[in-house]
Formats: sequence, structure tokens, C-alpha cells
Amino acid sequence: MYQLPNTVRNFAFALIIIGAIGVIYGFLSVPTLEEIKNSAHPVVTELSHHSDATVAPESDEHALHVLHQLQNKPWAALYVAIFFFMMISLGVLAFYAIQHAAQAGWSVVLFRVMEAITAYLPFGTLLLFLFLVFSGLHFNHIFVWMDAELLNPESAKYDELIANKSSYLNVPFFLIRAAIYIIGWNTYRYLARKWTIAQDSASDNKNYFKLFKLSAAFLVFFIVTESMMSWDWIMSLDPHWFSTLFGWYIFASMIVSSVTTIALITIYLKSKGYLENVNNSHIHDLGKFMFGFSVFWAYLWFSQFMLIWYANIPEEVTYFVTRMNDYKLPFLGMVALNLAFPLIILMNSDYKKIYWIVILTGIVILVGHYIDIFVMVMPATVGDQWFIGVSEISSVLLLLGCFIYIVFNALTKAPLLAKRNPFVKESENFHYYNID
Amino acid sequence: METSTKKIHALYNDDDVLLHAIKDIRKKEYKIDEVFTPFPVHGLEKALGVPHTRLAYAAFFYGIIGLSFAIWMMNYIMIEDWPQNIGGKPNFSYFQNMPAFVPVMFEMTVFFAAHLMVITFYFRSRLWPFKDAENPDPRTTDDMFLVELSSDGNEKEIEEFLKKTGAVEIKLIEN
Repeated sequence: MYQLPNTVRNFAFALIIIGAIGVIYGFLSVPTLEEIKNSAHPVVTELSHHSDATVAPESDEHALHVLHQLQNKPWAALYVAIFFFMMISLGVLAFYAIQHAAQAGWSVVLFRVMEAITAYLPFGTLLLFLFLVFSGLHFNHIFVWMDAELLNPESAKYDELIANKSSYLNVPFFLIRAAIYIIGWNTYRYLARKWTIAQDSASDNKNYFKLFKLSAAFLVFFIVTESMMSWDWIMSLDPHWFSTLFGWYIFASMIVSSVTTIALITIYLKSKGYLENVNNSHIHDLGKFMFGFSVFWAYLWFSQFMLIWYANIPEEVTYFVTRMNDYKLPFLGMVALNLAFPLIILMNSDYKKIYWIVILTGIVILVGHYIDIFVMVMPATVGDQWFIGVSEISSVLLLLGCFIYIVFNALTKAPLLAKRNPFVKESENFHYYNID
Repeated sequence: METSTKKIHALYNDDDVLLHAIKDIRKKEYKIDEVFTPFPVHGLEKALGVPHTRLAYAAFFYGIIGLSFAIWMMNYIMIEDWPQNIGGKPNFSYFQNMPAFVPVMFEMTVFFAAHLMVITFYFRSRLWPFKDAENPDPRTTDDMFLVELSSDGNEKEIEEFLKKTGAVEIKLIEN
């Protein structure tokens, strides 16, 4: 049994406290309208250069616009962090379900690590749901389409496109859908965890077969709800824009971050002397997944970009115009982090079994995919007022602290080896023939 | 000396038995010339002590060649020789058209890597069209694994040993 070391516990609590202070500071430090008007802030002056002639003289309207963006900023920063860690946990759940549905042999010794990471899912999804409820109650204006004025034909703000989508994009249905996804995912997680623990002390493989069937069913449910989740929670931030492969794109980000997290936590536990059955062939396999899914992510990133760039339809192309104008460094920089770096480093077969290389690449991948989510959420919520400041960093620290505490706490709840899994022997003896 | 050098063919009917046999034979320091198998056996190279293949490095450089060729080719076709206005993209600038060429770059990289790698593999394995098969026993294309050894006049001893390693059939080939 794994014991939660005090250092890990204290580290997690320190992250939570520092993060919480920073997040609160971020909310309190939003400037008032007067401050924005009076300040010679370079960002504000730059904004008026960008605007067209008809709007430029009305600086009050600009200041108000900037105020709304800055009011959104701490919320959006929190949302990116909440979504990012929820996504890691959900991706691990999907990866775990794939292992069961495929009756994979190699990964059995990693099952308890995966289960521990999915233990964050109930907390992560609940937090996300609360955030969406807060948005629905207009505590923040992250989701533009929630503004009722947009649906009123009498109003000056009336938006026909959003009004046409209102039968799908309305707050009650939005929250009901979110509840269905979240309940579905958590039910599978609850049952999977219960049955694998039961399998540990069982005398037959009944639990195993039950879980095999449930996992296959869950994967069908998952790919539909994951796709809809990506439209609801990310794509609807830009309600005019749409991309038909968006669900896959989010999934690629999700699965590569998840496999990376599994590798990082496995290597950490191994360095502390646990998981004695995990050998460098298992890490090599995780490295292959990190490599492959990084390329898969880049494929989808580029496919989405190229088709929209080539077709050049105004309502589609604005999405990338915003990113190229205001987010050039993160938008192109993440391609270096998410594709170029893992591609070059992990291409060599020998490097994938060297722990510190996997850890180094893994950290780069996780940073890159945080930036990926950042670039999806921020342009629609804070526009060109973005910067990585106290709010962004503290939000990540806060959620990282929660994540570490919940995951490592879950590791202590069950033996680290699923010892009665029918494939456990195969997993223990797993050896990739091409490495030493 | 020459008259005493003979070939021994040992046939096995299971890849696991074969792998163990090869390890044992190498421990005894008998000389294995060649092994013929109906399908690629994982771990065989390592058991034989054959140096690790450098085909992967070759593939990497072929890919680079393909990528460079695609970059040059698209620049020549679309920008220099016959600029074409497609979808209003500026036809005088390679860089601004580059996203449209990425699929071509990708395909050329794969094409060069795959084809040149196959050709390299054929050359290294001394295979070409209309070449007569080298495998000494047609059953190695079906269900048998054949180990070819050279002897230095100790055929009897080797044969005895091979039987113990699980060979189902042993043939002495007079040169």
C-alpha cells in the first residue's frame, strides 16, 4: 500500500493556498472604469489604433469594452485551469476504458495509477459544472450567447445567428447537457473502480468481463459526449464560429496530456521505489503514445487551420485572424512545444525508455497543451487584453494543488497492483523486444 | 581443411523453440551462418547477435530528402515556373502559400521514406527481380524454421547437440 508522504501533502496544500490567494487577488485587482480611462496603459492606446474610424473617437465605449474584458480575465483564467485538469482526468478515464475494451495486456500494472488520476474527475467536473452555473447566473460573461439581449429582435444588440442557435444554446438545456455528460462519466468511473477492486479478491473473472462490456459501452457514450462537450464548453465561446472536427481536436489535446500525466506519475512513483512491476518497456510504450498523439494533435490542428485558411469564409476565418493578430506567440509557439519538441526528442527509440527525457518532454507537452486551451478560450473572452499574469498562474497552481492531493490520496486507497486481473502476468513480463 | 567444412541444416517447427535453440547454440560457440523463417520472429536479431539495423536512420534521411524535394518542387511549380492564382492566395510568395503545400510536403516525405527504404532493404538483402530463391528448403516459406550452421569436422557432435535443442529434422549438406 502506498502511503501519502508528508512532502507531497504539504506541497499540494502550499500550492492550493498560494493559488487561492493569487486567484482572489486576481479578482480584486480588476481596474475600475475610471482607472482604465485615466491610465496611459499602452494596451488601451494600442486598442484604439486597431479600431476603425467610426468607433475610435468614442473612447468611453472602448474603456467599457476593455473593462468587460478585464473583468472576464480572472474568470477565464480560472476556467482554463479548471478545464485543463478536468480534461486530463477525463482523458485518462477514456484511455483506461480503451485498455479494458481492448483487453490490453501490457498496461495492467499501470491501472491503479490511471484509476488514481481519474479520482480527480468527480471533483474536477463538479467544479466545472459550478463554474457553468455561475456563468448561467451571469456572475461572469465568459459565454457571450448567455446574454438575453442578443435574442431580442427589438434590441440594438440583437444577433440573428445566435438567436437561430438559441434552441440549442440556452442556459437550461446547456446545464442539463453538462449534467448528463458529467453523470455519465462519473458513473463509469465509479463502477470501474468498484469492480477492479472487487476483482482483486475475486475467485473468478466475472468482474473483469462485466467491466469489459461496460468499458466498450462507455467509449461509445464518451466519444459522443466528449464531442458535444467540446462544442458546449469551448466552441460556444465563439458562438458564430464552428469547426466540424473540433471534438477530435479537443480529444487529441486531452489524450496526449493524459498519457503524459500517466507517464509522469508512474515515473515519480517508480523513483520512490513503488510499482516494482513497471519496467522501462511500459514507459517506452507510454512514450510511443506521447509521440504518436502529439503528431495526431498537430495533424488535427493543421487540418482545422488549413481548410479554414484556404476557404477564407469571413465568419470562419475570424477565429484564426484574431489568433494570428493578438496571440501570435502562444498560437505558433505551442506548435513548437506540442509538435516539434516531442517529435524530435521522442523519435529515437532509445530515448523513450530514458526516464528523465520522458519527464522533460512530458512537462513541455503539458505546458504546450495548457497554452492550447488558453488560446482556445482567451480570444473570445478577453480579446487582446491577455497576458500570463497572477490570475493565470495562480489558477493553475490552485487546481494543480487539488489535482496532486486528490490523485495521490487516491493512490493510498488500494494496492498499487491489480493483482487478480487476468492479464497481470502478461503485464509484469511485458518486454518490448527491441530494447534492453 | 576445405573438405571438412560442411553445412548443417537444422529444422524447427516453433519460433519459441527456435529462439531458445539459437541461444544455446551460440553459448556452445557453434557458427550460425543464416536462419530462414516464414515470418519475422521478434527478438531473433538480438538472439543471433546481429548488429541493430540502421534502416531507421536511413528512413529519417530519406524523409528529409523527400521534404526538401517537395519544398523545391512546389516552389518551382507554383511560384516560379507558372504562378497560379488559386483561391486568391498571393502567387508570388512561397511563404504565404506555404500552408497549402504542407500536405504535399507530408506526402513526399512519406513517399520518399517508404520507397527508398524498401529499395535499400532489397539491396542490403541482395534481392532483385527474377532472382532465384536462396532459401534451401521450401518449407521455410510455410511452417518451418531453418538454422544453417558450418562445421569444422565436428558434424556428429553438433548433430547430437541440435537434437537436444528440439530440432525436428537435421540434414548434413556436402559441399
